[in-house]
Amino acid sequence: MNEFKGQTLSWQIVNGTIELALHREACNEIGSLTLAELERFAEALPSLSNKGHALIVYSTQKAGFSAGADLRELFQRGQQMEKAEALRGVREFLERIHAVMNALDAAPITTIAAVHGVTFGGGFELALVCDIIIADRMARFCFPELRLGLIPGFGGIPRLKRDLGNAVVRDLLLTGRSFNVMKAQQIGLVSQIAAEGEALRVARATASQVAKFGRKTAGAAKQFIKPIPYDELKQEIDIFCDLYSQPAVEEGLRRFVENEGPQPYLP
Amino acid sequence: MSSPTIDHTLDEILNLAATHFKVPREKLAPDDDFFKTLGIDSLQALDLLTRLEQHFRIELPDYELQGVSDFRTLANRIQARL
Repeated sequence: MNEFKGQTLSWQIVNGTIELALHREACNEIGSLTLAELERFAEALPSLSNKGHALIVYSTQKAGFSAGADLRELFQRGQQMEKAEALRGVREFLERIHAVMNALDAAPITTIAAVHGVTFGGGFELALVCDIIIADRMARFCFPELRLGLIPGFGGIPRLKRDLGNAVVRDLLLTGRSFNVMKAQQIGLVSQIAAEGEALRVARATASQVAKFGRKTAGAAKQFIKPIPYDELKQEIDIFCDLYSQPAVEEGLRRFVENEGPQPYLP
Repeated sequence: MSSPTIDHTLDEILNLAATHFKVPREKLAPDDDFFKTLGIDSLQALDLLTRLEQHFRIELPDYELQGVSDFRTLANRIQARL
C-alpha cells in the first residue's frame, strides 16, 4: 500500500521518500489505535522500502512529535478490568509495539525522525529507532516514566544505552528531567538542528542526500553500526510488567490523569 | 567577566516573556504569577523554559522549577546557573 490515511497517522511516498506523518490530537499519544495503525505501516514497510530510498517520521501536531504512551487509556483500561487481565493486556501491548519498533529499527532503508516540541516517553522511543534524529531548535526530550513508578516500555533504555554513554542515560532516566536540543546534540542524540518549523525540510534534504548512495552499501553500514539489542528489549518488557503490577503505578497514573495544574509533567 | 546582577537577569526574563507571549512589558511585574499573567499552559511553560535556556545559555532542569510561578524566583533559579 503506497498510501494510507488513518485516524492517527498517514503515509505516502514523496519524491522517492516514504513520509510517515503522525497526526493524532493533542500530541500523538500512542494508544491502541495508533498501535494498530503503526502495525499496518510495519506490515507495509518491506514493500514500501522497494519504492522509497528513505523514511521520514514526523508530526503534524503543533505541540510536538509525540507526548508518548496514551496514559489516559492505560489508566482507564486498568480501572475496567481485573489486575491480572490488565497486566496481560499491558504485556500484549508492549510485545506488539516492540515488534513495530524492531521492524522500524531494522528497516532496510535509512530512517530519519524529524522532531519538534514535545518528544517525550514513547514518542522519544519512536525517534530512537530511527537512524538519524533531526530536531527543531524548540524540541524537548524527556523520559518521565519513573515519575509514574515505571520504566520506559517501548525499547527506550536498551536503545539509549546503544546510542549514548551510560552516565548520561542514568541522569536522564533517574531524574526524569526534560532537556533541550542543545543538550540533545551535545550528548550525541541529535545529529542535526533545524530552525523553528524547519525540521521536516531539513529531513527531506537529508533524505535526498541519502538517495545518492547504493542501498546495499548503506544497508551494510547500518547493520554494522546499529545492532538491535533484542535480549535487553525482552528484559525491558519483563521489568515493565513487574513494576506495572505495583500499587504505586495506579496512583501515579491517577495523579497524572487527574492533574489539571500547569505542570502535569512534573511529579 | 562578572556575572550579571539578579536585577539584570530579572529584567531580561521579563523582556523575553513580554516579547514572546506578546504582553506589554509594563504589565509584567517581578512578583506576578507568570502562569496567570501570561496565560500559559503546560506546553507553553516548556516552550518558555527552552527559550530561557537558550537565551541564558544554561541548562535549567525542570525539577528546579517545580512550584516556581513568579518571575523573581525564576530569576533566582537562573542566576544560580549563570
